[in-house]
Amino acid sequence: MPLDLVVNVAVGGVLTGLVYGLMALGLSVIYGVVRIVNFAHGEMMTVAMYGAVLLYTRLGLDPLLMIVPVGMALFLAGYAIQSLLINPFINRPEHVQFMLVIGIAIIIANGLLIGFGPDARNAPVSYAMDSFSLGPLLLDKVRVYAAGGAFVVAALLFGFFRYARTGKAIRACADNYVGARVVGLDVKRLYALTFGIGTACVGAAGSMLALLVDVTPSLGPSYTLLAFVIVIVGGLGSMAGALFGGVLIGLSEALAGLFFAPSAKSMFSFAILILLLLFRPQGLFGRRA
Amino acid sequence: MNAPVRTARLRLPRPLLLLGLLGLALLVAPAFVGSYALSVLILILYSAYTGQAWNIMMGFAGQLSLGHALYVGVGAYAAAALFVHYGIGPWAGMWAAMLAAMLAGGLIGYLAFRFGISGVYFALLTIAFAEFTRIGFDHITWIGGSAGYFLPVKQRTSSDLLDLRGAPAMFYYVMLALAALAMAVCKALLSSRTGYYWLAIREDPEAAQALGINTFRYKMIAVVISAAMTSLAGVFFAFYYNNLFPEQVFNIGRSIEIILGPIFGGLGTLFGPIAGAIVLTLLGESLRSATSALGWEVPGLELLIYGACLLLVVMFLPNGIWPPVSRWLGIKSRHLKGGE
Amino acid sequence: MDKPAKRLLHLPISRRAFGIGAGAAVAAAVTPFNIVRAQTGPLKIGVLLPKSGYEAQIGQSCQRGVDLAPALLKELGYSVDLEIMNADTETNVDVARSRAEKLIADGANLLIGAFDSGQTSAIAQVTEQHGVPFVINIGSQPQITESGYKWVVRNFPTTVQLITRGLERIKTLLAETHTTPKTAVYLHVNDTFGTAVSGAINKLVPTMNFPFKIVEEIAYDPAAKDLSVEVSKAKATGAELVLVTTRINDAILLVREMVKQRWSPMGIVSPGSPGMYEEGFFSALGKYSDYCLMMVPWVNPKAPMTRQITALFKSKYPNDPVDPHIFNVSFTFEAFLVAADAYKRAGTTAPAELMAALRKTHIERHIMVGGPIEFDAKGQNNGIVTVGLQDRGGRAVVVLPKEAAEMEPVFPMPAWNDRT
Repeated sequence: MPLDLVVNVAVGGVLTGLVYGLMALGLSVIYGVVRIVNFAHGEMMTVAMYGAVLLYTRLGLDPLLMIVPVGMALFLAGYAIQSLLINPFINRPEHVQFMLVIGIAIIIANGLLIGFGPDARNAPVSYAMDSFSLGPLLLDKVRVYAAGGAFVVAALLFGFFRYARTGKAIRACADNYVGARVVGLDVKRLYALTFGIGTACVGAAGSMLALLVDVTPSLGPSYTLLAFVIVIVGGLGSMAGALFGGVLIGLSEALAGLFFAPSAKSMFSFAILILLLLFRPQGLFGRRA
Repeated sequence: MNAPVRTARLRLPRPLLLLGLLGLALLVAPAFVGSYALSVLILILYSAYTGQAWNIMMGFAGQLSLGHALYVGVGAYAAAALFVHYGIGPWAGMWAAMLAAMLAGGLIGYLAFRFGISGVYFALLTIAFAEFTRIGFDHITWIGGSAGYFLPVKQRTSSDLLDLRGAPAMFYYVMLALAALAMAVCKALLSSRTGYYWLAIREDPEAAQALGINTFRYKMIAVVISAAMTSLAGVFFAFYYNNLFPEQVFNIGRSIEIILGPIFGGLGTLFGPIAGAIVLTLLGESLRSATSALGWEVPGLELLIYGACLLLVVMFLPNGIWPPVSRWLGIKSRHLKGGE
Repeated sequence: MDKPAKRLLHLPISRRAFGIGAGAAVAAAVTPFNIVRAQTGPLKIGVLLPKSGYEAQIGQSCQRGVDLAPALLKELGYSVDLEIMNADTETNVDVARSRAEKLIADGANLLIGAFDSGQTSAIAQVTEQHGVPFVINIGSQPQITESGYKWVVRNFPTTVQLITRGLERIKTLLAETHTTPKTAVYLHVNDTFGTAVSGAINKLVPTMNFPFKIVEEIAYDPAAKDLSVEVSKAKATGAELVLVTTRINDAILLVREMVKQRWSPMGIVSPGSPGMYEEGFFSALGKYSDYCLMMVPWVNPKAPMTRQITALFKSKYPNDPVDPHIFNVSFTFEAFLVAADAYKRAGTTAPAELMAALRKTHIERHIMVGGPIEFDAKGQNNGIVTVGLQDRGGRAVVVLPKEAAEMEPVFPMPAWNDRT
């Protein structure tokens, strides 16, 4: 196996993994704080992708520039969903929460089918077929930009949670719910805010993914699953973990596809998931719950 | 919280009478209903059966399994492979199916409980195993791989019970027997010592352990029984549809279908999964008939309304539809959850 | 927390009796009343297609053929009174089965469907059980006509037929363009269709004396969103020819990756699969979609019925390009043609006579390239010809055989950078 093939594939895997990581980041933030297992995650990302595609095809706006608007739109949607639908369910048993988000997922997916039809859509930007050439490396332009965007957004988020007051308040809720309420934090509002931030991440990731992937209404479930694998691997509630998990999964799938059968490459992700669940359920970077 | 919570005083005559009438109606149904209605009834019974089997793990022992399609698939392929490759009929094949499913369930249970995995992590583990198996089966060409596994189909004019080849009415009775069996098993388990141990483990695992109950053992029993029962549904599936595709049999949508009935109907109750199966299947079918009768040919509309119904039930009837329905029918339901 | 039981109705009867009555009412509602089917009167055709779920794109495409059928049949002089009952299989085998049962219970005299092999198989069992004719519009799994069904006819090639003819067409291509690629790499989707095709290819290619050898076969997950690894692997083989079996989304991904990785093989050829002539392929890839070759059954550009159906399509769907749909639409329409023709000859909707008439079908003038539509003892039409199709300027154009060709094939294809 020629070395430059391996390197090319590996680098591609890392870049794609960064975008996956951003998507998973949203899930990790939500679960880490609100402790809701959002099985409608993939569907929300599909909505973001459709949004980005529409903005490009109707108004000619490049999805990379639309990261912020799409993110904002999804922030508002997430905030609304959390306040109206999910907040009453915070203390309910898991299977009830699960059915709630499944219902939301079914509604979104079929709403998209009715609204957009089943055909695959994408945003054919002018540089969609270009690649950078760095010596033996051929780097897909779109992937590089998307990965860069993912990195920037993740860094911003990290900064927010580390240094901003609201960010610290949210972390307080996650660490100690009762304590947070005792010191007077408005937990319900912070939960809604967190959910909104999580979905904003998903929105940003979706905007970038619209450049890489063609969107159909039934895209959701496989991305939800992928997000969960990444989050578990990286560690629920850890942002660095989500990014790292994304890169790890992207890289391992790429290499597995290269050295073994490409059609079985997802098996490796699930095998990694199983191993981690057994031996280190808090993930690589998480803390033991 | 001292004594095991038995909330109901069963007024014996009424529920038994209703059950008897229902049973009678189901027994004579094929003589009166057309084959479309029969196919819907088969779907309801299948759904009720798998729901009951899943309920043993969740409603009784409190372990959320989101990958139950794994056992259906393993059972289906085991019985189908024996039939296609060695001509072994389903009545013998079903033992192999149950064994395979018990091994799978045992493995998952052992790994999970030994390593102390529960709640969401357990659910994700079950999903991972199901997906892993799905992709794996896609590559096993001995049983068809992703191209699909086809069972030989013979004419359906005569009923061959031995090989499960025959008219829908035959399949109906097989499924009815399975569903009745599931109910009987569940009832027996509920009133047995194992049932009470499960209740204790579900309500408060640490207290149960402190009382000396071997939680590991009883959780394993729940998983293994649930897996074995579910695999029989797989055997039925293989012989009823005569073809198996890993993508269709193992996929996560199927696992979700299995759990919707019991959650919708009411976890932990005996009749909940059955009520849920009836309502959900009829809801799906009537939505499809209604939209086509009204001429609204908008693909996806029925599923959208279906999702909305799920949402509404979750929001307003958190314990499922069986508790209010049973009250309305005048039966006090035997509800495992204390108080509500 | 004790809530009083909600009383939905205030009736003087006991709740128990009401419950039983309600149950009976529900049972009655799902029971059909007219079990005896009328022998004359309109021909009721039940159509089963996947219009939601994963295969919705294709199902909705086929549906247009259904919608055009009445008008076109009238134009062709079939004065058949048609009542069409549409059903959505939701890409789900349970739903397919119960929808089939419902259609038959509602009086369907004949069923048409269903694209997906698993669903088609389930429906075939239902029609076999009831003795109702079933005309398959699209569905290539060989087993369906090998299982001994007596009530099924299929106006579509089996996978084996598709591939055999497709490979022969590739031979014609190489001969006409005087090219001899030495190596080929075969990429295919790892689903029902792709796996069946791969099996056929592996069996047939060594026997057919091609100048090339398949040096590597790469199967990929149909749900894969990213095929960069697969294309990298394929590129690393240095193969001159790329053979593919794809669906629509992965076809787009493959070509896009090849462009990004700057790999211009001699050509991208499909020995028989959808994708590269479908909607989305052209719009997603623009000039890079040109010169892809597909060996598939296709509409005969010179047949009058082709012109008629194209005109009808354009007038009914002015905003949709014709080419991406014409395959699905035409095969679906031909199923209706077969049904209407059999009904005309049988003179009755009685199932046995209708089925006998179907078996004796002999339709000379139709849309797809090939001999007259006829069915052998197993219900299979063996006369469907495969043509060579090439994407040119955003259209799928027939380039082989010479007699039916609209343009000459271009092979090898120009490199990506040389595209205008």
